[in-house]
Amino acid sequence: MATIDVPEQVSVLADAEALRKACKGWGTDEKAIISVLGHRNAVQRKQIRLAYEDLYQEDLIKRLESELSGDFEKAVYRWILDPADRDAVLANVAIKKLSPDHHVIVEISCTRSPEELLAVRRAYQARYKHSLEEDVAAHTKGDTRKLLVALVSAFRYDGEEINTRVANSEAKILHEAVKDKEFNHEEIIRILSTRSKMQLMATFNRYRDDHGTTITKNLEGDSGDEFLKTLRTTIRCLNDPKKYFEKVLRNSIRRVGTDEDALTRVIVTRAEKDLKDVKELYYKRNSVPLDQAVAKDTTGDYKALLLTLLGKED
Amino acid sequence: MALPVDVEALDKAFSGIGVDEKSLISILTNSNEHKRSLRKGSSKLFIEDENGFERWDQSSIKILKHQFNRFRDAVVLSLLHPWERDARLIEKAIRKGPKHYNVIVEMACTRSSDQLLGARKAYHSLFHHSIEEHLTHIKGRERKLLVALVSAYRYEGTGVNEDVAKSEAQILYEAINNGDKNKLLDHEDAIMILASRSKQHLQALYRHYNQSYDKTLAQDLEGEGILKDTVECLCTPQTYFTRVLEAAVKEDADEESKRALTRVIVTQKEQLVKEGFVPNKIQDILLGLYKDFMLASIASGDIK
Repeated sequence: MATIDVPEQVSVLADAEALRKACKGWGTDEKAIISVLGHRNAVQRKQIRLAYEDLYQEDLIKRLESELSGDFEKAVYRWILDPADRDAVLANVAIKKLSPDHHVIVEISCTRSPEELLAVRRAYQARYKHSLEEDVAAHTKGDTRKLLVALVSAFRYDGEEINTRVANSEAKILHEAVKDKEFNHEEIIRILSTRSKMQLMATFNRYRDDHGTTITKNLEGDSGDEFLKTLRTTIRCLNDPKKYFEKVLRNSIRRVGTDEDALTRVIVTRAEKDLKDVKELYYKRNSVPLDQAVAKDTTGDYKALLLTLLGKED
Repeated sequence: MALPVDVEALDKAFSGIGVDEKSLISILTNSNEHKRSLRKGSSKLFIEDENGFERWDQSSIKILKHQFNRFRDAVVLSLLHPWERDARLIEKAIRKGPKHYNVIVEMACTRSSDQLLGARKAYHSLFHHSIEEHLTHIKGRERKLLVALVSAYRYEGTGVNEDVAKSEAQILYEAINNGDKNKLLDHEDAIMILASRSKQHLQALYRHYNQSYDKTLAQDLEGEGILKDTVECLCTPQTYFTRVLEAAVKEDADEESKRALTRVIVTQKEQLVKEGFVPNKIQDILLGLYKDFMLASIASGDIK
């Protein structure tokens, strides 16, 4: 369930005017920006941008980019984009890092629906004049590259049907591949990147039932092995995305010095999806409400925006 | 009595691609006596049975079936939504095995990015699996390339980095000439390049290859089956289609090659017209309604 709080009646014209007012003159009224944008869904945000462009012949995003700064600006920028466009930007940022953020690419390709992933690929092309798979291929190597390209290129069947025979045989294949630590990467990649999500969950369950332990536990090993790490992230995202997001949030806050990129990314991308469930998981796991943990670890307008997206009442 | 010219006409009615329906109507609506002497005269279609009658040759029946179905298949193929059409062609090719994998390459590489996406969606609806999943059934080494090609969503804009194209031409050259040619289908970089780069980029790569090594990439891949098909479909599609059409009308063409004629004309008519394809060569061998349909298809290949 979503966490953002959207009012019954919305006037995008009034919103555009309010945002204009917040940006005019010396200084910026960040609170006003948060109080408008923080309470609008994707469709409304898009309409506000169009209305703003109509009224003032200016790109709202560019205006905000010039007015704001730091973590707050990054968060607002990501929040205001269309979900598909946002994911394209996140993917590009992850790819172009000196040491690419493989787990972000996995996250985007494995936790979005097949249609959503297609939309991301389109948005990526429109923005960067390359295909997503091209850029991933050009910036990664070896088995990690094979896995990531396969994941971003997948168009999984979206149905509910499960073939228990296949679940059985592929659980065996995965176990064989994992047990030898000689990881038959081809087979693992094939299974993880082509099967439907329902089918994969059946396979993971079968694995657990047959071997008394989850496959991710069996993959634990040398944390220097990039392929293994990426593989574990893949399986976590496919098997239980909410649990995965809870973990990312927990790690991003716990660190000495918060990982704002991860914190922003998860909150912004899940606020309209399942952040409420993730919050509950977080509370169960850490005995502290997520809002509280975020409030303790962040400051200023950045904090205010995050809390708003988390559903805090103004 | 049936004249030799009638016997010849009967044989001829089934000896091209398609069936000469009009001819059959005029030959066969004659007396029983006439038909009896047709049978006796036609050594291609009938053999003398020891029990005293002219028996239809078994292999001719099969050929007849294919010939009569051509028009039907052409109609169905041209009526289907392109997405469903391509999805069905791919599914059939996967089922039928290695000799048909070039059809998968053709579908994946000659369609626009959005058409290929559409085919993938239609495949979900029709077969309740993704194409990639069904390709799992292929145990051979072609699987990797086919999965990669079918999964691509290539950028279709202009703007090619010539330096990258040139260096990737070199990578391919080395893979083909210095590496183990038998392992080409396992060459990760080669597959990555062919499966993810835009067609514009690959066409630039093709040019660089030609300039740098005095032969074309297609020539260097002679005998390499679907790898050559891949390169041709992506870089020089007109060469690929011409090759397929010519194979269909050869004297000893098999049924699959002949079927390709329908597939290519129905699905590529706009492309063929754009390239100034003139149906002279194929006109003579086509027959009947099927011929009319094919020629009309080519004539109508308006570029929308």
